[in-house]
Amino acid sequence: MPITPIIERCRARLEDIEFGSVREWKARHPGGRAVGCFPVYTPVEIIHAAGMLPVGLFGGGNTIELANADARFQSFVCSIAKSTLEMGFQGRLKLLDGVIFSSICDVARNLSSVMARNFPELHVDYIHHAQNMTSPSAVDYVESEFGRIQRSMERLAGHPVSPGALAASLKTYNQIREILRTLYRIRRESPHLISTVELYILARAGTLVDPEDHLRELREVMDLLPARQGRPKDRVRVVIESAFCEQPPLDLLQVVEDAGCYIVDDDLLTGWRWYVEDVPEDPPPLRALAESYIRRSVYSSVRHDGPRSRNLGLVEKVRRANAQAVIFMPAKFCEPALFDYPLFRVALEQANIPHLVIEFEEKMWTFERTRNELETFVESMLFD
Amino acid sequence: MATAVTVDKDRKYQSEVNDHSKRIMTEYSDQLARAAKGGEPAGFLMISGNCVEILRAFDMHPVFPEVNALQLAIRKQSLPMILKAEQMGYSSDNCAYVKADVGMLMSGGYGPQGTIPYPSLVVCNYVGCNVYVKWFEHIAEFCKAPLYMLDIPFLREGDAPSQDDITYVVRQLEELIATCSRITGKPFDIDKLREVLALSARAEEGWSRAKELCKVKPAPFDAYFDSINMMGPINVLRGTTQAAGFFDFAVEAFEALAAQHKGPLAEERFRTVVEGPPPYPYYRNFRNLFSAWGAVAVNSTYSTVGGLWEWGFRHDPRRPLESIAEQMLVENLTNRSLTARYQQIRRYVEEWEADALVIHSIKSCRLFSAGQGDMREYFTRDLGVATLLVESDLEDPRYYSEAQMKNRIDAFFESLEHRKFLRKGTGGDA
Repeated sequence: MPITPIIERCRARLEDIEFGSVREWKARHPGGRAVGCFPVYTPVEIIHAAGMLPVGLFGGGNTIELANADARFQSFVCSIAKSTLEMGFQGRLKLLDGVIFSSICDVARNLSSVMARNFPELHVDYIHHAQNMTSPSAVDYVESEFGRIQRSMERLAGHPVSPGALAASLKTYNQIREILRTLYRIRRESPHLISTVELYILARAGTLVDPEDHLRELREVMDLLPARQGRPKDRVRVVIESAFCEQPPLDLLQVVEDAGCYIVDDDLLTGWRWYVEDVPEDPPPLRALAESYIRRSVYSSVRHDGPRSRNLGLVEKVRRANAQAVIFMPAKFCEPALFDYPLFRVALEQANIPHLVIEFEEKMWTFERTRNELETFVESMLFD
Repeated sequence: MATAVTVDKDRKYQSEVNDHSKRIMTEYSDQLARAAKGGEPAGFLMISGNCVEILRAFDMHPVFPEVNALQLAIRKQSLPMILKAEQMGYSSDNCAYVKADVGMLMSGGYGPQGTIPYPSLVVCNYVGCNVYVKWFEHIAEFCKAPLYMLDIPFLREGDAPSQDDITYVVRQLEELIATCSRITGKPFDIDKLREVLALSARAEEGWSRAKELCKVKPAPFDAYFDSINMMGPINVLRGTTQAAGFFDFAVEAFEALAAQHKGPLAEERFRTVVEGPPPYPYYRNFRNLFSAWGAVAVNSTYSTVGGLWEWGFRHDPRRPLESIAEQMLVENLTNRSLTARYQQIRRYVEEWEADALVIHSIKSCRLFSAGQGDMREYFTRDLGVATLLVESDLEDPRYYSEAQMKNRIDAFFESLEHRKFLRKGTGGDA
């Protein structure tokens, strides 16, 4: 069986605005609960260990008309905040029993309050992720905070989480992340074998099903991938940066590829690929997650740098991917991304790495101007 | 029915309290300018829930980039600085406070040639505002200065932080103290910190008493526009004899005004609560639009970004680090949720007997503004409080439209006047 049908199945899942896969999961697990995870990072292992389904909650994309949310959030607020709220007003989040937000930005924090007020039947949690990446006390704090979330999830699930269940969840998500890292490596080395649109669909569709099912799906792809044929084309190798929260439309990613780019690394869905290596399975699970949050995670625009700056992180990422350029792709009004640009720009210029800025909104649906910009950029690279 | 009157645009709002504030804040600015030239140690901090007392214990000059930015705006010098930052790649959608400060830094405003000393240490007191993290990362990068990230867990469940949150902050404060000691070469003197905290508590007591006096009718000062002149002493100079003395003086002056039934305007016709920072580039114009209607703010949320003293919290010299941690975690507006702010405003409206809520929504600060439409829904629909929402910016003059602002404000107070008139006619309270 070729890979394409799997991708198509995944695509249908993520384009289903009614969360059909979550409904199916609930039908198979009577009384089971589902918890939406607003970007960027949520310790999904804890939700899963409580016997609940973690669900990626990435706003309404281009499938929703705002009728109520734009009266609550102003015109200068990002689309994902408003479309997520609108989904609540339109009853599209009714199948979620809880939602978890975190300290990624001022808008997400206020959104969590507005959601809690307007939808009192929804269990809303807010995680304060550590910003101090160097204090010896930070791991203790993160462990305590994840412990608080565990207790909250236990209340929602109606039963305690055993250390064994959490350890098993860590293992499952480690396996998923390891395959995703492998797929990212394959794309980096042989981008003609798996496109970014395909890889993105696979990864994102996994946020909508039981992780065990996702793991099976990924393994199928891994088994089928070696048989894939293809010839490398003369394309510009680029890294996409800053699309870590609100997600660009699939068509935009397609336009980047069609314009003559191989996307060889990106920060799409970064919170679901947060750890650069496995979360260790030896220490007590919450401690292992907390240590990994501080020491084994990717650099991020929504968190203060550790000992090394994210500007260097980006340059290293470009070098590691053997990329020729960066496409800086912030969502419109995304302050964390937009604030990183001036320093990213300096770091890239100092490293002689060209870049292009493409600002997007999840709801955009015409791409002609973007296509022109991309094609011009690619031509300037190819004929430089 | 009474209507709006034209207010002299050059009207003086100065009182002796404002003059006193201006004098001690000018002294502070002069000290910074001297420190810039002499290369004296300076620690950068943000206003929200700050721990200025720690810096004072090491005789480090506290520098607040937000104050740099607002002074540029109020002197109508912010736009060229904002444009300079935008040329560097800052977005038109980024906080203009940051852009003005960065523009100033890049224009030579820091260091021996400028008026602000370079930081010896950048202390990022991350108290709610995520932009603080970026702002201080950038300053540290541009000035090649060390940065300490003082991470304050947001108040997430109920009104109290967990013991683990407090422990995390206290341990970080200990690390910060060690860092300050290393940078200044001075040992940590806990008795000195206790003295500073006692001065802080005295100023906090005065600030709290002054705000309490606004329950009197008419309120002796405008708790939005005039409070801003008191925010320098409480947030920037806290922990000094100057700040403590200022509030002793202010309380005495306001008590006298209250006893004489004098307010900041000839007549107090409307009592408002104001939410959100002011449009500093058009501060006086904005104030005049409310004065024209006899509208006086009896309380405001912006005045509590640095600390919420009016509910009784005071720094405690007997529990120095713990009380600093509690203030940063709990006792300020910015580390509390948006809906906790609704309850703060609700108390203001009820206990200070306000007629209306005015929300000034600013593009720069999403901590304040994101979701204020929901706040309006809550106050108008759930509580029946007359609410006006207007939009501009606290720093970027391009977002302020005088004509539009005047129309909105006039229409609102006209309708409020009408409502009062009808209530009077039906025997309701007016």
